[in-house]
Amino acid sequence: MDALFDIPIIGLVVQFAVYLFDQFPIVAPIIAAAAVPIVLGALCGFMNERSGVVNIGIEGMMLLAAFTAWWTASLSAQLIPTGPGPLGITPALLIGLACGIGAACLASLLHAWLSISVRADQIISGTIINIFAFGITGYLNLLISQQAPPAAGQFSKFLLPGSITQLPVVGFLVKSFVSVGPIAMTMLIGVIVLQVLLFRSRWGLRTRAVGEHPRAAETVGIDVVRLRYRNVILGGVFAGLAGAYLTIEFGNAFQSGMTNGRGFIALAALIFGRWTPIGAFGAAFLFAASVGLERSIRIAPPTGSLGELLTAVPGQFYGALPYLITIVVLAGVVGRSIPPKAVGLPYEREKTGG
Amino acid sequence: MTPELHSPALLEMRGITKRYPGVVANDGISLQIRAGEIHALLGENGAGKTTLMNVLYGLAAPDEGEILMEGQTIKIASPHDAIERGISMVHQHFMLVPVLSVADNILLGDEPMKNLVFVDRSVASARIRELGASFGWEIDPDRPVGQLSVGWQQRVEILKAIYRNAKVLVLDEPTAVLTPQETKEIFGVLRRLKAEGYAIIFISHKLYEVLEIADTITVIRRGKVVGSRQPAATNEDDLAELMVGREVELTVDRGESHPAGSMLEVEGIFVNDDRGREVVHDVTFEVRAGEIFGIAGVAGNGQDELVGAVTGLRRAHRGTIRLGGDDVTRADPRRLHKMGVGFVPGDRQRFGLVLSFPLSDNLVLNDYYHPPYARGLVRDDDAILRGAEAAIARYDVRTPSATVPSQTLSGGNQQKLIVAREFEGDVRLLVLDQPTRGLDVGSIEFIHRQAIARRDTGVAILLVSAELDEVLELSDRIGVMYRGRIVEILDGRSASREEVGLLMATGGRSSGIQQQIVETGS
Repeated sequence: MDALFDIPIIGLVVQFAVYLFDQFPIVAPIIAAAAVPIVLGALCGFMNERSGVVNIGIEGMMLLAAFTAWWTASLSAQLIPTGPGPLGITPALLIGLACGIGAACLASLLHAWLSISVRADQIISGTIINIFAFGITGYLNLLISQQAPPAAGQFSKFLLPGSITQLPVVGFLVKSFVSVGPIAMTMLIGVIVLQVLLFRSRWGLRTRAVGEHPRAAETVGIDVVRLRYRNVILGGVFAGLAGAYLTIEFGNAFQSGMTNGRGFIALAALIFGRWTPIGAFGAAFLFAASVGLERSIRIAPPTGSLGELLTAVPGQFYGALPYLITIVVLAGVVGRSIPPKAVGLPYEREKTGG
Repeated sequence: MTPELHSPALLEMRGITKRYPGVVANDGISLQIRAGEIHALLGENGAGKTTLMNVLYGLAAPDEGEILMEGQTIKIASPHDAIERGISMVHQHFMLVPVLSVADNILLGDEPMKNLVFVDRSVASARIRELGASFGWEIDPDRPVGQLSVGWQQRVEILKAIYRNAKVLVLDEPTAVLTPQETKEIFGVLRRLKAEGYAIIFISHKLYEVLEIADTITVIRRGKVVGSRQPAATNEDDLAELMVGREVELTVDRGESHPAGSMLEVEGIFVNDDRGREVVHDVTFEVRAGEIFGIAGVAGNGQDELVGAVTGLRRAHRGTIRLGGDDVTRADPRRLHKMGVGFVPGDRQRFGLVLSFPLSDNLVLNDYYHPPYARGLVRDDDAILRGAEAAIARYDVRTPSATVPSQTLSGGNQQKLIVAREFEGDVRLLVLDQPTRGLDVGSIEFIHRQAIARRDTGVAILLVSAELDEVLELSDRIGVMYRGRIVEILDGRSASREEVGLLMATGGRSSGIQQQIVETGS
């Protein structure tokens, strides 16, 4: 078998998750919900980094999308007031979703232009996007908060009969992965599709080649610049979905700086997952599990001495867990993760030859 | 001479001029290549051969001139255009993606498809096996290229080029990384492709190779065509003079050496590479004062890590290294420098120089912190400059002044600058890693002379080079490195190219090259 399933950490993550689900039945949906924006953010990073572009602006792209999706959805809801259809879908929410994705793609276009055409430092380009997004969304939010439009609502979950979700073992899986809203479903499909495409399709082969050795790709007739542009902009779609998820699926309001580092944790998940969609998916669940742990201990601590032990630890510790795990992962404690070789290096077509 | 010589040219380049800031890389070059001909482009490093081929392959846009194929003017704006026209190229540096399989590398850019989305690898794999078998190569299409030896990577490059049904095949220094035996094999392949009607452009700076394989030889010097020869009507001296522009001594007379006692003793060392794999196993040798000990080997057989251990840049995790009797296994580079070790690193631009620093500062990188170059915490600019000017004069570094950044110098002058820094002072051991890679003939000659002069003053010299000719020319003794071991130590004056080449390729003296090389991967 090839690299498709060669991800050792998945086993570890699954074990941890099963243990948690066993201990705290309510934790499964919490974890799944917390994982969605991280996975989507990681998919954005995946699209960028596999083709050789570092993107630390995921956080900013998500924030822009979160604000844009929420605001445009609210405005459209005033213009076209309709009742929610299946999954809570309304035209206003769809417009919001489209605009959120559009905003993230615009930011990606800027990132692509700076890092591919201008050949600027890609870290700086990403930082610019983060700072810009934080400032502009905070400012606009403040401006409109005086006459805030009523929220447009949010996508709702695909509900299954209790007889299915209460099945032993598979119940919590179904509940976490099938009984979810449309953006979370898109995330699941995205992970599987991208994983298969990466190793089986022409696009995947070319993307890997360009991320590893762009010059070699160029010499067999591949347009490196065009492929990088396309991948970076498509990556924006996933950042857009991640942002929109926060304001029109998971919640229905925007707060300044609400992405709260998820974009960076997404990058950590990507690295931990060895730059594959499925790996990032597993890693994101590990991060999300620590979030789920904190919430479930607060809401419903387990009984017995385990519960006493867990509640004795200050709640802030659990709150800090995802960030602690990120540090541990990035420090390379869990095995060395080898990035695409050309990542972060601007590509120059003509160089002085001998 | 070939009968095709009077047939019309398949490919013609007319008046190609390519300028880069400050240099004219190609100055009105014209070439004609016929089908069924091997046309050699001969020239020194930096003469403009690669630039010319980059123009042909769409990697560089010419400022003037045109390219004709079968009499028609064609426009080649990108490698894609070149491939469409039937031009394939084996580049000087491998254009292979190490993490991808052999098959993926070969079909990249021209993928056979199962449907709109998915690549069909099975058809391609079968064709690659078949194509390889036709040359007597057993190719595993699913093996990652990064696991293959350089010799096999070169074969994959050639398969990649002909997989695309090319008519014109360009090979840019294809033998630079190969052993003599592998070179012979590749020559056999080229002769067969020629018979099949390919037009082949063969680029080299090795005279004997060009004389052996080419039907026509075009010599380029400083971006211009300076002459064209038939192999039958020329010889090495004639070509060398044409290539360099003056009479040259192709080999420096190494003279007698008078080795004294042992200076460097390496005893049973084991060294890991960056990824933590052990790549030097149980290596033992000594270098005596007043001798040149050469290490020959195909690149990537542990030489880099061995040099790292000897120069203090890497730690040997077992074994000992002694310098003049003192244990230096764990010494850092500064202590080694103080003990009299000079080091000319393999990658001069990354490890030998700070490119943006002026020449004068580069000359004191080892000694900037103590007198005469520093007084207490303050550097003495006057002393540094005076020292630099003296060194520049003594080592014939061609530069407008000692204060220009070292990146403005040519490769040869950069290397002389490093030599000026490392050869000076109370040196007892010199480690020369690829000391003449990519240099012009004049600089090579100069550096070889300097090395011999230092040997004669009683310095021990460890020479590591992938250039077999260089090792053979200079060394008193030769250690052949193969898969992390020194497999044999030979006398430098009696060893033959073939003998050393066979050891480099197989680690032994059997002739079962084929099978042995297959194992070299992993």
